[in-house]
Amino acid sequence: MNRFNAEGTIDKEESLDNLKIGEKGRVVHLSSKCRGSERQRLIALGVLPGTVIHVEMTSPFGDPVAYRIRDAVIGLRNEQAQLIRVTPL
Amino acid sequence: MPDSTTVPKKTEELGKGSEYTIALLGNPNTGKSTVFNALTGLRQHTGNWPGKTVTRAEGEFRFQENRFKLIDLPGSYSMVAASPDEEIARDFILYDRPDVTVVVVDVTRLERNLNLVLQVREITDRLVICLNLADEARRNRLEINIDELSRQLGVPVVLTAARYREGLDRLIRCIAEMASGLISPQPLKRRHETSLHPGIKDMVSRAGEPGADIDESVHEKLMGRFYAQAARIARDVVTPPGEKKLFDLTRAIDRIVTHRFWGFPVMLLLFSLVFWITIAGANIPSRWLSALLLDLVYPFLKQIAVSIEFPWWLSGLLIDGIFLATAWVVSVMLPPMAIFFPLFTLLEDFGYLPRVAFNLDRVFKKTGAHGKQSLTMMMGFGCNAAGVIAARIIDSPRERLIAIITNNFALCNGRWPTQILIATLFIGPLVPAHLAGLISAGAVLVIALLGVGLTLAVSWGLSRTILKGESSSFSLELPPYRPPRFIKTLYTSFIDRTMFVLWRAVVFAIPAGAAIWLTSNININSKSVAEILVGFLDPLGILLGLNGVILLAFLVAVPANEIVVPTILMLIVLVTGAPGAGEGAGVIFELDSLSRTMDIFKANDWSLLTAVNLMLFSLIHNPCSTTLYTIKKETGSIKWALVAAFLPLVMGFSVTFLVAQVWRFFS
Repeated sequence: MNRFNAEGTIDKEESLDNLKIGEKGRVVHLSSKCRGSERQRLIALGVLPGTVIHVEMTSPFGDPVAYRIRDAVIGLRNEQAQLIRVTPL
Repeated sequence: MPDSTTVPKKTEELGKGSEYTIALLGNPNTGKSTVFNALTGLRQHTGNWPGKTVTRAEGEFRFQENRFKLIDLPGSYSMVAASPDEEIARDFILYDRPDVTVVVVDVTRLERNLNLVLQVREITDRLVICLNLADEARRNRLEINIDELSRQLGVPVVLTAARYREGLDRLIRCIAEMASGLISPQPLKRRHETSLHPGIKDMVSRAGEPGADIDESVHEKLMGRFYAQAARIARDVVTPPGEKKLFDLTRAIDRIVTHRFWGFPVMLLLFSLVFWITIAGANIPSRWLSALLLDLVYPFLKQIAVSIEFPWWLSGLLIDGIFLATAWVVSVMLPPMAIFFPLFTLLEDFGYLPRVAFNLDRVFKKTGAHGKQSLTMMMGFGCNAAGVIAARIIDSPRERLIAIITNNFALCNGRWPTQILIATLFIGPLVPAHLAGLISAGAVLVIALLGVGLTLAVSWGLSRTILKGESSSFSLELPPYRPPRFIKTLYTSFIDRTMFVLWRAVVFAIPAGAAIWLTSNININSKSVAEILVGFLDPLGILLGLNGVILLAFLVAVPANEIVVPTILMLIVLVTGAPGAGEGAGVIFELDSLSRTMDIFKANDWSLLTAVNLMLFSLIHNPCSTTLYTIKKETGSIKWALVAAFLPLVMGFSVTFLVAQVWRFFS
């Protein structure tokens, strides 16, 4: 899904698990499929609209992936990262 | 008592004889427990929060003749609780109303930590901020304007490096002054930005009620504001280092340990190293201990018994039975645990363990379990009881139970001697002499890896049958690597883990020793009870490719796996009348030479099948009583303890039975 930004041009939006190591994205929103304590935990960790997330490294299997979120490195499973919608930077 | 309408003059002296309750709060990985230990020293004890299996640490320190009770709250990211840990922290601050709340903050990650500070500030303003990990800030050349931070937050801020005991005096003084009212908190600057709602206090306390529905968009907006303000404050007070860091050690190490190719080999290598150091290192101390206890103390006790004229059966029961069994458990169990646990704790301190859980999560997730189970499993290789307790790091009850029930398949220290001895005696001789040592070790490794495989398989089975359910939400923080505190680690892990497990094992070894001696010395129709039981169990034993002696030994060794081998040896001597080195019946002993041990096995008609099945059964049988007792306590349920007891036992019988049939069919 694409969004119009302030300049009227389109920001691509995708889910966090599509980003590769070394890339970063700005959080647009958390999918509505993410609810309850899962959502609260992600918010408590700082996954909020506007936060910039860097992809730090992946485990040997490719899942989970470690993300740098507001100076902490946090491992998240791909199924969780799928619920986080970001604009690649 | 000062009049409440006047501001007390700041004096050097507090009142005396008061008692205050202080809460210690903070994000995980901020060094909070270091602060706790530094403040309370030995004046602390750990237990459980009522009704939960979350560790509660409480301690005390004194200052100018006042007592300060310090409660270490579980690490929390937010006051809006998303986990049992956070519920406990929130409930304590909200309802127990501590006199002062000390928030431990990682000074190198101010923005993230300030989020929690600002939330707590909404609930109580009697705060003291402890900016910990000053040593890391120095290492990263970070500068913090502490006065400005204190001014903006309206509460005292103290910079500490608890690991090196820096800043603690000032911290204690601030806590004391805040508690006694000598200093008062000032209003938060720009408070209106976060007072969007009647208050987070309201939201936080409502979140605790069953069926409460937090308005998620409001929650998100509120958190957004907290984070925004935290970011603003952090920008105001932090001066980043002049030049970008040239080398990030944490990143460099992580590139290797999570590498697609090198990640797992490095992990295997590290853990093999830990096991090897444990086995090699424990050998000599074990001998010293058994020499001390068996060659010196034992005869000494017997002499005393003679001189105070104990009846033979009393000295037999107490000394030959109970003392020997306990001595055996101690000399076999203590040295490896005294090495394994500190090594493990060092890895933990260093920060490597979360990486292990990170690497292995996918495997465990596929079986329906949690990545952190890899850690409880590793712990189980030291001692299953410790592994069961370690399962507390898993939030979800369902996944915690899986970790607890399958922990038994991790080959614990107590079973290594059995495995090593049997492999050396029976497997080694199958190959040329120069390879014997390597192949024997290889055989034990195969058994250990089989245990890992079973852990995964049984986890899978449990999550498809009696422990069905959803995978819990997962998040694993990977803190930067920190140089481990060697001496501190050795000391605390010794007290916490090694001694604790040892104590429980001794308690259970006592009845075992008594049982061994009694069954060997109580005679019915001129045969000892032990002989009768062996005869009775023989048919079943043979069916399983084992024999009656082995089964009885395992029965008696339910308390502690360490005594399986000596009990077997003792029983064989008793039953077959083979030449043994022990005196009297029901006396546990050890033989110095391997060939003499082998002679005894031969006298009992042991074959290669017996040996292999013994190794298998030692891996797959019920947990020792220490572990079972711990399971009952951790789960609060007899039902699960029974499952944990009988599941491996039934599996063990099945496996040995099958192996025996297949083996006999082909020979």
